[in-house]
Amino acid sequence: MTEINKEPKIIGFLCNWCSYAGADGAGMARRKYPPNIKIIRVPCSGRVSPELVMRTFMQGADGVMVLGCHIGDCHYSDGNHRTAKRFPVFHRFMDYMGIDRGRLRIQWVSASEGLLFAEVVTEFTESLRNLPPMRGQLKSLQRHTIAEEIQG
Amino acid sequence: MKIGVYTCHCGSNIAAKVDCEHVAEWASDLEGVEISRDYSFMCSSLGQELIQEDIQKLGLDRVVVASCSPHMHEPTFRGACQRAGMNPYLCEMSNIREHASWVHEDRGEATDKAKALIAASVSRVRYHEPLFPKQAPVNDATLVVGGGVAGIQAALEIANAGYRVYLVEREPSVGGHMAQLDKTFPTLDCSACILTPKMFEAGNHENITLLTYSEVEKVSGYIGNFTAKIRVRARSIDEVLCTGCGLCEEKCPVRIVDDVFEAGLGRRKAVYRPFPQAVPKYPVIDREHCTYFLKGKCRLCEKVCPTQAIDYEQQDRVLEVEVGNIIVATGYDAFDARRIPQYGYGRYPNVFSALEFERMTNAAGPTTGKVLLRDGVSVPKSVAIIHCVGSRDVRYREHCSRVCCMYSLKFAHLVLEKLPGADVYNFYIDIRTPGKDYEEFYHRLLEEGTKFIRGRAASVSDATLGEEEEGKLIVTGEDTLIGEQRRVPVDMVVLSTGLEPRHDSHNVARTFSISCSREGFFKEKHPKLDPIATMTDGVFIAGCAQGPRDIPDTVAQGSAAAARVLSIIGKGQVEIEAAIAEVNALTCVGCQMCIGSCPYNAIDFLEDRMVAEVNEALCKGCGTCVAACLSKSITLHHFTDEQLVAQMMGAMDTLFALEPVPMEA
Repeated sequence: MTEINKEPKIIGFLCNWCSYAGADGAGMARRKYPPNIKIIRVPCSGRVSPELVMRTFMQGADGVMVLGCHIGDCHYSDGNHRTAKRFPVFHRFMDYMGIDRGRLRIQWVSASEGLLFAEVVTEFTESLRNLPPMRGQLKSLQRHTIAEEIQG
Repeated sequence: MKIGVYTCHCGSNIAAKVDCEHVAEWASDLEGVEISRDYSFMCSSLGQELIQEDIQKLGLDRVVVASCSPHMHEPTFRGACQRAGMNPYLCEMSNIREHASWVHEDRGEATDKAKALIAASVSRVRYHEPLFPKQAPVNDATLVVGGGVAGIQAALEIANAGYRVYLVEREPSVGGHMAQLDKTFPTLDCSACILTPKMFEAGNHENITLLTYSEVEKVSGYIGNFTAKIRVRARSIDEVLCTGCGLCEEKCPVRIVDDVFEAGLGRRKAVYRPFPQAVPKYPVIDREHCTYFLKGKCRLCEKVCPTQAIDYEQQDRVLEVEVGNIIVATGYDAFDARRIPQYGYGRYPNVFSALEFERMTNAAGPTTGKVLLRDGVSVPKSVAIIHCVGSRDVRYREHCSRVCCMYSLKFAHLVLEKLPGADVYNFYIDIRTPGKDYEEFYHRLLEEGTKFIRGRAASVSDATLGEEEEGKLIVTGEDTLIGEQRRVPVDMVVLSTGLEPRHDSHNVARTFSISCSREGFFKEKHPKLDPIATMTDGVFIAGCAQGPRDIPDTVAQGSAAAARVLSIIGKGQVEIEAAIAEVNALTCVGCQMCIGSCPYNAIDFLEDRMVAEVNEALCKGCGTCVAACLSKSITLHHFTDEQLVAQMMGAMDTLFALEPVPMEA
């Protein structure tokens, strides 16, 4: 039986201009959402390197959110285009590492979308409750997939 | 390392959900923490002095303030640190209000989250480095976009202070919506009469470069040093030769419906000035409708022009201007009543929009101020005014447009003034009169004999139920005060259409790197405390582009935006963000991945040394190059890998430490 993850631990990397302000907006409007997400402010979602996300998983995070401005609305004109291109590739790396793709969420949240932010965080938190805790999986991650590859 | 941690109660805003005293005590055990305090209001002068004293007496070299969003008070606490002699970049904030106490119900959960956020900040701040922002001079010219009353006001304030203003307007004349109005509520001043002097002043001011029939296409740069590309569309009129005599307009054989200034109620020529008091006085040739441009023949205007000012060959010009600040005052669009089919606008000729009615009652308008039915002859005996058309309705626009109640009352007054004895019905949901002397105006209307029916009108139709309704428009709706359905046959219906964002407000927002609210109004930096500024330094907003408002508020905002700009010009210098990227030339492998990722072309490749180098003047500090760098040779100051990983680890370690130990089964 898979272990149930009652309280998934989530790190959110939020761009300063849209998504962080959107999360502030959720606060100002008192929109409730689960406390599982811990927010880290970055200037642009384009600043979030795949290594930073990987490092976060390796620290035992059950989920990572990378939130940025909507395409076209980026404060740095098109920094988020890099995010949009980078993470589909990173998803394939997650497959290789044996990390469920559902643990990483890329989403565009504008400064006025506090409600959307609260909804996305709630939904993401709930979805992670169905996955086993990340920390228990860490040791088996790479070995498992490489072993599979050798057998296959 | 000596870190001071300050946990703010924010009255009960934080303390109601986060056990601040407990959190402060808990934080004192975190590695490197010298002192941990909690206080009711950290942002108060006493709270700031607390930090300053500790820095000086205890020799703190890092500060963490756990309170509200850094968007709110980072400058406050950085300032406090600086006053105590500490580099402001050694201060870090934990957002335990917007991201914890305000969004979580359970006190235990919110407290644990606050601990994790504070631990993350404490862990991060250890890796902070002192940074020193550079100063850049401020260009003292200003770009004002939108020549409505907000833009005119802002431009005049700045120009009167002695600085250059480029005032850009899309239409052939400045004036905006206010120039279309007849009377202004509640004083019943003539709108054009009070606006025209300001328009004239803006058009003739030595410090204002007026660019009408023009649009801003591109903006680059940063506060103090923007470059704007402005397309000045070809008027087909030589402004040096034109005297504004109006002969060309008089003789032009083309007559088309004027959808802009006359709101569709009147007609204009192909060579035209929108209205007689237009500023500037020069007409434009509307190339989409001019017979010469369509068919290659006519040139009548050329023949009649006494000064040979008609220039069919004129081309659009693209100007590049350098400015230090930008004010965006692009106004609103009136709600298109066709979107509500049950009110019959566009189907029944005698259903009018509010702007049409404004033009109708205007003495300079198509009916010379007479209230007439669409046939242009018949005088209505009864008029229904339907409030909240498109406003306060989740199917269209949820917001209240703020001005419709008042202008509806004004319409009722004008109908009674022009047609004594007429029946005037106001279908309203609520009467909202927030403004000086507004409620008094409402009381006056109640006495004048307007009939008020409380309830959103359901429909307007010509389906009659008897002879007395023959030829009339029937307005139906529930009168919620008496709880009965009403059928009111009238000759004329006026729809009090709401104010909505400009149809292209999202594109305009992108041009100026500002954001829009959900509806499309421009988003201010703070809804209460900074309604003029935007998230982009040096770009300000004023008037209805930010949200519906009446004329006095719009004028006040125009002045406010000007004051903000003047304070920046007065200072003469701006601080350039110190949190920018830097390449380590020793480890850079010269792959140039960073160059392709930079949105600003701010990275140069040094051919002689085969390494990349960041141009400090162009870098905005987004950090996409850091994520792209294959050899980990780029650092984004203040958002370094070490700082972000430490912050993440601080949070994760705390989360695991706070996890309850599982009970043995």
